[in-house]
Amino acid sequence: MENDLINITVEDQEGNVRDLEIPTDISLSLMEVLKASEYDILATCGGMALCATCHVQVLDDFELPEPSDDEADMLDTLHNAQPDSRLSCQIRVTPELEGMRIKIIGAE
Amino acid sequence: MINTDICIIGAGPVGLFAVFETGLLKMRCHLIDALPQVGGQLSEIYPHKPIYDIPGYPTIKAQELIDNQMEQIAPFHPTFTLGERVESLRKLEDDSFVLTSNEGTEINAKAIVIAGGLGSFEPRKPAVIGLEEFEGKGVSYMVKNPEVYRDQRVVLAGGGDSALDWTIFLADIAKEVTLIHRSDSFRGAPDSAEKVFNLASQGRIRLLLQSNLNSVHGNGRINKIGVIDKSKVETFIEADSLIPLFGLSPKLGPIADWGLNIDKSAIEVNTFDYSTNVDGIFAIGDINTYPGKLKLILCGYHEAALMAQSAFKYVYPDQKLSFKYTTVNGITEF
Repeated sequence: MENDLINITVEDQEGNVRDLEIPTDISLSLMEVLKASEYDILATCGGMALCATCHVQVLDDFELPEPSDDEADMLDTLHNAQPDSRLSCQIRVTPELEGMRIKIIGAE
Repeated sequence: MINTDICIIGAGPVGLFAVFETGLLKMRCHLIDALPQVGGQLSEIYPHKPIYDIPGYPTIKAQELIDNQMEQIAPFHPTFTLGERVESLRKLEDDSFVLTSNEGTEINAKAIVIAGGLGSFEPRKPAVIGLEEFEGKGVSYMVKNPEVYRDQRVVLAGGGDSALDWTIFLADIAKEVTLIHRSDSFRGAPDSAEKVFNLASQGRIRLLLQSNLNSVHGNGRINKIGVIDKSKVETFIEADSLIPLFGLSPKLGPIADWGLNIDKSAIEVNTFDYSTNVDGIFAIGDINTYPGKLKLILCGYHEAALMAQSAFKYVYPDQKLSFKYTTVNGITEF
């Protein structure tokens, strides 16, 4: 890892897989990074864990900080949530995300 | 019929400021909002959270900003229809509009300003085979009158607070209650979760955990529901009603059917005056989109000011507009 850059692997809704290189010194959420990388995510609520349109699955049992109550409540209401589901707007981009693989689920 | 110059859809901070800017130009406003109070998401979702990017306020609580804005527009005496959602819009021969709410309220206005923010919160519909076909024929996304379910075989799906609460409530009313939840635990209110587990162990409800609603079947009306368990096997439950409770999600709603150009759930506007592709309809705040759009309250205020200049020609087609500063002219109540 050099200059605070990390690599994550993203699978989009169509199954295309791409590696993203992200700076970690920019204080963004994963949702914001995905949107900036032109993935098809609505993010209607702008990052307040309200709309769940930035729903992703975090693959390979990758360890992340536990979801907040707001995020957990929202995930609980989703029909298509899996045990590894998260809202990407609630995941801060930090060096700990190096090597993570995610799959974008998006809006139902 | 309510008559006004401008009907503003959405009574959030941007909708409220539009009253001020149009008020300076002597235009009257009526606001309609699906929520029972003004303030939009600021009052509904984060009333106590501080906002740091309102000019002149190093920090201000969301509700305080709304209270201040209500005070700021008081001289213009706006009127409100709250707790009703806009449903349809039609244009009259004189080029004015009639907006109808879901409760049948009609508002006649010379121009329409959509300041709808995220949209209105509507039940999230899961992708389930046959679900939409049986809407109103056994499928409903909210419980309006629990008596409807007396002596019925009811299936609920979901794991949030409302799924738990209605399962408990309907256990006393319905003939048979089944709750389907994809996980094996509930993160919501622990009291309610415990009650649901107790009802299940007493045999008063059927609890299907680690299971997913998969299909809905019937003949004119629901008669059975397909459920997939963790071994991916589909089993069928006989049922008279299905209540999927998968939370609320902000949607544009009926506004999406008004012939406006829409990009990713946002209304496309011309940044000259935030007009839409339909003459006489403007869109300001979080609900619009244009190159470089930022979803900030501050940007919505700016959009409201420019919109007001153009809306003037719909309200006073024969008058010439002259721009005045409030510091020079003050505010004239009307």
